[in-house]
Amino acid sequence: MLDGTLVELQNVGVKRESRWLVRGVSFTVDKGEIVTLIGPNGSGKSTTAKLLLGVLDANEGTVNRRKDLVVSYLPQSLSIDWTLPIRVDHFMKMTGKVSDDEVRSALDSTGAEHLFKEELRVLSGGEFQRVMIARAISRKPDLIVLDEPVQGVDFSGLVELYQLIESLRDELNCGIVLISHDLHIVMAASDNVICLNGHVCCSGTPKSVSESEEYLALFGRQVEPGLALYKHKHDHTHDTDGALIDIRENSRITSNIDQ
Amino acid sequence: MFDDFFYRALLVGVGVAIIAGPLGCFVIWRRLSYFGDTLSHAALLGVALAFLVEINFTLSVFIVSALVALFLIYLRAKTSLPSDALLGLLAHSVLALGIVVLGFMTWVRIDLLSLLFGDILAVSMYDIWLVFLGGSLVLVILVTIWRPLFADTVSHDLATAEGMNPQRARVIFTLLLALVISISIKVVGVLLITGLLIIPAATARNVSSGPVQMAIISTVVGVIAVVCGLFSSLQWDTSSGPTIIAAALVLFVLTLLPLRRAITLVADYSAKLANRGS
Repeated sequence: MLDGTLVELQNVGVKRESRWLVRGVSFTVDKGEIVTLIGPNGSGKSTTAKLLLGVLDANEGTVNRRKDLVVSYLPQSLSIDWTLPIRVDHFMKMTGKVSDDEVRSALDSTGAEHLFKEELRVLSGGEFQRVMIARAISRKPDLIVLDEPVQGVDFSGLVELYQLIESLRDELNCGIVLISHDLHIVMAASDNVICLNGHVCCSGTPKSVSESEEYLALFGRQVEPGLALYKHKHDHTHDTDGALIDIRENSRITSNIDQ
Repeated sequence: MFDDFFYRALLVGVGVAIIAGPLGCFVIWRRLSYFGDTLSHAALLGVALAFLVEINFTLSVFIVSALVALFLIYLRAKTSLPSDALLGLLAHSVLALGIVVLGFMTWVRIDLLSLLFGDILAVSMYDIWLVFLGGSLVLVILVTIWRPLFADTVSHDLATAEGMNPQRARVIFTLLLALVISISIKVVGVLLITGLLIIPAATARNVSSGPVQMAIISTVVGVIAVVCGLFSSLQWDTSSGPTIIAAALVLFVLTLLPLRRAITLVADYSAKLANRGS
């Protein structure tokens, strides 16, 4: 593993019953790098995230994590049981040593400082997300994994969120893994976009938004700072069984072809 | 004073309530009420086996409860049956097996009612030592695994991803639960142990705003229930185990009433204590 590398996935796969959820996934997350994972529902994005976090064990391949890596994880959904009385400040200190001041300044940076003593289960969806992001910041992580943080966020909120994530990367110099189900709009600041569909369909840097005027016309100029249209260059497609079909040769293939 | 059976009972009851308080909170946070029931039903089989192979009663109950817990974890991984069905299957099977085994041993005359509903008035000095030594052990272990266990209760994935090693805390907690059941069986009996675990915790939930505070209040409620229950059973000559549970129920109902404000004052005070402690 290289010096700046935080996590390295080598040809990993996860199997449930007899079906592979993901297979043959390889990529690395480096310090100061933003990696965006995109793909349709059920394409194995969350599974891949759990693999690199060590929540799931790989059935094949290897996952290497740097030693003593401090991780902040924002799961796709987190439902707090009503029987659990827990306030925001306590929640933020739950998995690490974080001082009151650090909690306050982190909440301040996501505009949620007034929620400090609030009970977690009374927060609205938006407030809860601010708290989750503040929690991630306060741990001073080496790696942040955000699983679909843009769910239910409107367009201006999306730009704001992406700007926040970018500033986090700049401030903390941490690696960031961002999961999105949106196939076409990703963060312009992404260093690497990985398109998953049970395997790595394609990957690379996002094309800048300015190159695609037609997309801008659709969403307006204000999206320019944080967003980019991601151009897919698939060299294969999937038939109804999910099996691979090579476009170039127009014949069934069995191996995973990345461009 | 300890020569008096009533004071011995009081001492053991209070000891059990102190352990059950914080553990009961985790039982309701983690939605393990029926899991607790299953383990306590297994206790009956433990008692039967203790007579059969002539080993220590508490040890046998602990071993059987722990084995049932591990078997349940194994079944969850191996079958596609839902958890509640597995719990029902195990709870009733072990209860039935316990009674069958007892039935085989015609030479053993056993008071089934005292097993099912407790026989706190028959506690010995040995039981007092058991509750206070065993109980201290349980509380010390619970405090050491508190953080990972609590994080796991909020979110297993989050706790794992952020390096809390919650799986170990889970297994230890299950064993603690088996241990508590084995040492409190004499107080309230096989059928009512889960009640002693969850009713004080549920009562505490009505008036708490933090986990540590809820654990402390739960303990206080449990102690009050034991004391009131025992004195009431003496007064009205009722069965002591069920009377303790009934007293806990009365406290639960009280926290739903406007009296709640008075209890909130107590709650605030214990919150201060909890904050000072953390």
